[in-house]
Amino acid sequence: MATTALPSRGYLEDDTPTVWAWIKSWLFTVDHKRIAILYLLAINFYFLLGGLAASVVRIELITPQGDLLSSDLYNRAFTLHGIIMVFFFLIPGIPAVLGNFLIPLMVGARDMAFPRLNLFSWYLYMIGGLFALSAAVFGGVDTGWTFYTPFSSTYSNSNVILTIAGAFVMGFSSIATGVNFIVTTHTMRAPGLTWFRLPLFVWSSYATSLIIVLATPVVGITLLLVAIERIWGVGIFDPALGGDPLLFQHLFWFYSHPAVYIMILPGFGVISELISTFSRKRIFGYEFIAFSSMAIAIIGFLVWGHHMFVSGQSVYSGLVFSFITMLVAIPSAIKVFNWTATLYKGSISYRTPMLYALGFIGLFVIGGLTGIFLGVVAIDIHVTDTYFVVAHFHYVMVGGTIMAYLGGIHFWWPKMTGRMYNEVWGGISALIIFVGFNMTFFPQFVLGYMGMPRRYHVYPQEFQVLHVLSSAGSTVLAIGFIIPLIYLTLSLWKGKLAGDNPWDATGLEWTVSSPPPAHNFDEIPVVTTEAYAYPPEAAERDAAAWRPGSPL
Amino acid sequence: MPDFPLFPEQASTFAGPIDALYGVLIALSLIFGGILPFIILYLMVRYHRSQKADRRNQPEGSLPLELTWTIIPLVLVLAVFFWGAFLYIDIRTPPARNLEIYVIGKQWMWHTQHSNGKRENNELHVPINQPVKLIMTSQDVIHSFYIPAFRVKQDVLPGRYTTMWFEATKTGEYHLFCAEYCGTEHARMVGRVVAMSLADYERWLTTPGEIILPDGSAGAGGSGSTLIPSIGDPMALAGAQLFTSLGCVGCHRDDGAGIGPSLVGLYNVETRMQDGSLVTADENYLRESILNPGAKTVAGYANVMPSYDGQLSEDQLNQLVAYIKSLSDSGSASTRLSNDQIAGVVADELK
Amino acid sequence: MATTTTTQGSEVQGHGAHADHGHAGHGRELQHHFETAQQQKEAATLGMWVFLVTELMLFGGIFMAYTVYRWAFPDIWAEAAHHLNTPLGALNTVVLLVSSLTVALAVNAAEEGRKQRLIRLLGVTMVLGVAFLGIKGYEYSEKFAHCAGYETPIAWATSGAPLGETECLVPGRAFVFPAAHGEAAADAHHEVTPGQSSPYQLFYLLYFIATGLHAVHMLIGLSIVGMLTFMAARGVFTSVYSTPVEIGGLYWHLIDIIWVFLFPLFYLVH
Repeated sequence: MATTALPSRGYLEDDTPTVWAWIKSWLFTVDHKRIAILYLLAINFYFLLGGLAASVVRIELITPQGDLLSSDLYNRAFTLHGIIMVFFFLIPGIPAVLGNFLIPLMVGARDMAFPRLNLFSWYLYMIGGLFALSAAVFGGVDTGWTFYTPFSSTYSNSNVILTIAGAFVMGFSSIATGVNFIVTTHTMRAPGLTWFRLPLFVWSSYATSLIIVLATPVVGITLLLVAIERIWGVGIFDPALGGDPLLFQHLFWFYSHPAVYIMILPGFGVISELISTFSRKRIFGYEFIAFSSMAIAIIGFLVWGHHMFVSGQSVYSGLVFSFITMLVAIPSAIKVFNWTATLYKGSISYRTPMLYALGFIGLFVIGGLTGIFLGVVAIDIHVTDTYFVVAHFHYVMVGGTIMAYLGGIHFWWPKMTGRMYNEVWGGISALIIFVGFNMTFFPQFVLGYMGMPRRYHVYPQEFQVLHVLSSAGSTVLAIGFIIPLIYLTLSLWKGKLAGDNPWDATGLEWTVSSPPPAHNFDEIPVVTTEAYAYPPEAAERDAAAWRPGSPL
Repeated sequence: MPDFPLFPEQASTFAGPIDALYGVLIALSLIFGGILPFIILYLMVRYHRSQKADRRNQPEGSLPLELTWTIIPLVLVLAVFFWGAFLYIDIRTPPARNLEIYVIGKQWMWHTQHSNGKRENNELHVPINQPVKLIMTSQDVIHSFYIPAFRVKQDVLPGRYTTMWFEATKTGEYHLFCAEYCGTEHARMVGRVVAMSLADYERWLTTPGEIILPDGSAGAGGSGSTLIPSIGDPMALAGAQLFTSLGCVGCHRDDGAGIGPSLVGLYNVETRMQDGSLVTADENYLRESILNPGAKTVAGYANVMPSYDGQLSEDQLNQLVAYIKSLSDSGSASTRLSNDQIAGVVADELK
Repeated sequence: MATTTTTQGSEVQGHGAHADHGHAGHGRELQHHFETAQQQKEAATLGMWVFLVTELMLFGGIFMAYTVYRWAFPDIWAEAAHHLNTPLGALNTVVLLVSSLTVALAVNAAEEGRKQRLIRLLGVTMVLGVAFLGIKGYEYSEKFAHCAGYETPIAWATSGAPLGETECLVPGRAFVFPAAHGEAAADAHHEVTPGQSSPYQLFYLLYFIATGLHAVHMLIGLSIVGMLTFMAARGVFTSVYSTPVEIGGLYWHLIDIIWVFLFPLFYLVH
């Protein structure tokens, strides 16, 4: 299999006599690292599927007449894109892949607190995914990922129940992961690893888990109510049957706004790791970054009403939600400033993960700032439900979460597989994604302010130029996503052996071999230093050691 | 190639202030989002590992710095918040005197009716320099009434009224969109808003046109050649006829001596309820009281009114509400019809 | 629920890859990835608490819907609640409270290592749990019997006494709320035609969803207690190791607490 044998026995290897035994050793594994790999494969499959749906949507929007797809097909395409990306890629993405792989390693534990629950969560994810997939195969669903009632509960003639079942089951997979993270962080830390010595990735995952545990059950029961209303024909959310459609929106956004932070917070954690490592110095303002994650998690629960400024809520609640939304911008700003300050007097290298991290900051700043636009009610009235919103959340979700996900994958790839990928292609693809992304989504801000409503497949002529620009950008973006897929896969066979710590990073995960042994640590480590314990002269030494020809 | 504008037209009194706030936000964003990348680029180059630079005395954190970049953005966003808040309150507070137009949204068209009874589909004619208030409801799912050139948008919900107001400033034709996803032909639930001078509007209003009812059937345009029948009855009059034919008039007598409270002067007045609470009798209260009379009963009256849920179309509800509101319209006494007059009108019709 | 299984004493299956990691020195109830029994116990207990929070949030959505509609239709809800069988509901409350006591005593017995007492108390708890479900089932079947036109489920089964008035409180097409008593009753408009939507139906829908979800939790709770009894009979628990009993007991208390909220919210509205 490998051109050169990997050193020591990693978690990837085992001595199974038959193929069947090998498959079983994966499908019944309780090793958090193997579960992370299972998640990696499944989640990337859904990412590609969601991306395919997005391409269909973008191709349709090149012309204003809606000549490629019927309205029904178009509605199914963007709904599929939304549901797959939100529920099956963005929400589980970083926690289930990177979190599962890294948290036990980072806290110095042999596994998660509940390994079998961890495996169970992967099966739940797969079952939920199968539900959603079969809903798509057997005719699709056309409610949009938001499932607004009474359209979803009474009027839609598509596979709403099947899709809801998928999201519902997937929710329990998230909950299982969240419970595991919280308990692992609390009880499994190695001796000496105090809370303020934890890597920031663990902090942000902890904050994420709190949101998962508190918010996911609410959307679970909400979606269940929609399904019951469809089956039974009894009005909970349909006013024609005595219900209240706004109740659905309140319950839905009570989960789905915090869910936005479920998607982005782990990304913050990844970026903190990357910036520190590739500046060769301690992260600036550790406590502020850690606490801003917690602040976001808490305030994030109080802002759901900003999705409903034009839905008919009272002026007072509009003002209150707007005010709290303004406040939630501050912790995000604090993070960005601290990352920037970390660069100062560092010894910066442009390795592939760092390029993603820098790209993340640039895109997230735009995403965050336009979030303030949307938080101001007077402006939100004009731009909500237009492409402005579409552009905004893609800047946060794609520009933020996916950049962080890819950055994290590139950073820990040598640890996960023991091999290095081609960094020339890594840099090129990071650049292509950054350019393609801006081409795709920046025009959408303009489109939105011009008044182009979202979820339209036919539109007035004057919007076409910007739509064409956006579709052109999306092809570039697609190429940018395909390149890493190729060179990362190739690296499994052709890649150079990475060694235990290819980036000279700190952190317990880099003290074990690459790939790590099945039980992580022979002896549970005793931690005596804080995270990012680069000595003061590390940056200087690193810069002094640089010679022309060393990696940039 | 079509033209390539970056801003929508400014055609209402809100457009200017909202664009100004938007402009200021863009300027602030450029200061942060524009300068920050340059700082990052500078640091990336200055402290790249190949560069000789002073890397001693690295700061690990600095409370003054943290406070600075917490407090300055906080002050800025709060300033923006208050600016936006006052603008928002303006947008949500219609002036006392305005032109009321009723809107019904349904999959997938807009139906509007003017106070003199004239109806339109997927079009809305409004006069300029005149506050217009839309009273909107939906027959099925949630829609959203959106006029980009006016910078206004409001969701239209089934089972209740939502309102929105604007004052157009420029004659012309503008896009009308449904902004809330409402099913298959959502993208075709579009139309146009025609802003015209007051004189033109009045001329247009009294020009008979084809009457299309919200259920899609073409209404009786008129066997008669008179103007009024072919426009349809004024909404308040149609409501008054309903008020009589449904028998409401038997209990809700003008003089207050009936089983139910008098509806004269009720609209938009705070009224004491049986449970002691005070409720403003707005459109939604009137609607609720017709469909679910027991929900909020006026103090001093028994809950004996039957529910009219399922017996009235959205269209008829609008007319009833318009009639009850006309009973409070002291300013224009000429349009106000007393119950006796209605009885007369209805009697004439029946002959 | 899954959290309890992870702390089950016997050894973890399916981790051949871990074979090289020695288990020497561990008690057989200590899983390989924990350092000390203390750590394992803390993890299990915390895990259960976190899980209980998610359960509360799950019911929280229903309580939210309940609050919104009760606020919208206060009179109707008070009236609708009169048609629930309050004595049976009250009896069920007592049954559950007693079962909570027996579970608490069982946890205590497990900590003291008194095996026989533990088994007996768990057994009593299960009997009470089954009794609760039985009474609940009777209440449900009463509602269904009314729809079929009989006075009681027994009458339904034996084709006995028919119901005087038309009443069907099971949400769906056949739903009929009996004409309101008192003042408004005279009015013909007030009668709710079968299947017609009304806030009454909303009340019963929420009633069935909330109590049904609670009953599902009760079933899960029963199987957990059953498993604990089985483990206790096999002598898994000692005065040193009784974590599963403890967290199983936590779960049982949660079921109890949720009912303590449900009972007044649905049966005692006025």
